[in-house]
Amino acid sequence: MYKFEAANIFVLQKRIDHYSKFIKQLVAVFSVALLPLISFANEAVSNEAVPVAEDPVLEKRLINLSENLRCLVCQNESLAGSRADFANDLRREMREQMKANKSDEEIIEFLVARYGDFVLYNPPFKANTVLLWFGPLILFVGGTIGLIVYLRRRRTQLEDIPLSESQRLKAEALIKKINKE
Amino acid sequence: MTRFLLPLAIFAVLVVFLGVGLTLNPRQVPSPLIDKPAPVFKLHHLHDPDKTLMSQDNLGKVWLLNVWASWCVACRDEHPLLVQLAKAGIVPIYGLNYKDQSDTAIRWLKQYGDPYTVSIVDSDGKVGIDYGVYGVPETYVIDKQGIIRYKHIGPVTVKSLEDKILPLIKELQG
Repeated sequence: MYKFEAANIFVLQKRIDHYSKFIKQLVAVFSVALLPLISFANEAVSNEAVPVAEDPVLEKRLINLSENLRCLVCQNESLAGSRADFANDLRREMREQMKANKSDEEIIEFLVARYGDFVLYNPPFKANTVLLWFGPLILFVGGTIGLIVYLRRRRTQLEDIPLSESQRLKAEALIKKINKE
Repeated sequence: MTRFLLPLAIFAVLVVFLGVGLTLNPRQVPSPLIDKPAPVFKLHHLHDPDKTLMSQDNLGKVWLLNVWASWCVACRDEHPLLVQLAKAGIVPIYGLNYKDQSDTAIRWLKQYGDPYTVSIVDSDGKVGIDYGVYGVPETYVIDKQGIIRYKHIGPVTVKSLEDKILPLIKELQG
């Protein structure tokens, strides 16, 4: 019994040794595998000076601004997202104006003067856009009024119609008949 | 019966609106430059880069500014018409060679005919932006005072010439 137990513990110890060795190997293999990744990450950090644009701040401002502007060539894309040559040119133009210290308003004014309000995804409030701005509200108010009128009229239609004496007696007779059955 | 009339009327109005909407071309964005002075430019001639043309040089005459490029396929469609129009001598046509390479452009004109009084070079498209160009070809009618009176987007057709451009030119010249 004692001997058996001892042997058992011995086997167990051997197994733990074996597993720990296996885990150590596993860790070793993984760290070797991860090593290039880690060094790559280090490199990415140390090589930060590979910007997409010369001036990231300006580029960010450009993207923010051009996201609200429509590309006239592919009309469902913004100037920020479009790869059309046209969008490229306009972005270049905007970039140049930003470098020349023009404000966002001035740049938008520049584009609207040449391409019209159509470049703006956010339509301005003007005489010819009144319907665009208030159309939904008008529809909503009109619909609500229509609904109220309809429901009022319906209520008067559903008003109680009092029974005549003969009708009342007939109904009572019917109810009695049903209750008996 | 009358309770069906109102929805029917609303439906009819909707159909009319949608029907009109279908006939509109979303590619034809109205230019804000109509009835405004033509943007000023000073550009080199295509055939003689030493010479320049300024927009003010054309004051006092009605002229067409046709934006074209050798890479533009639709320009080939309208080109025979422009050549005919130039031959008729009704109105001088100035070509704005938009974002093109000059040698290719000159070869293109040799091949298809040159209707332009002068072709000027806008290689980086800056003047194009000033004129609100977004789809070549585009044609501007500019009056004696240097004001843009009409802009045609896309290739000029016989119909657009007869219905709109030629009567307008006649009116402006008269």
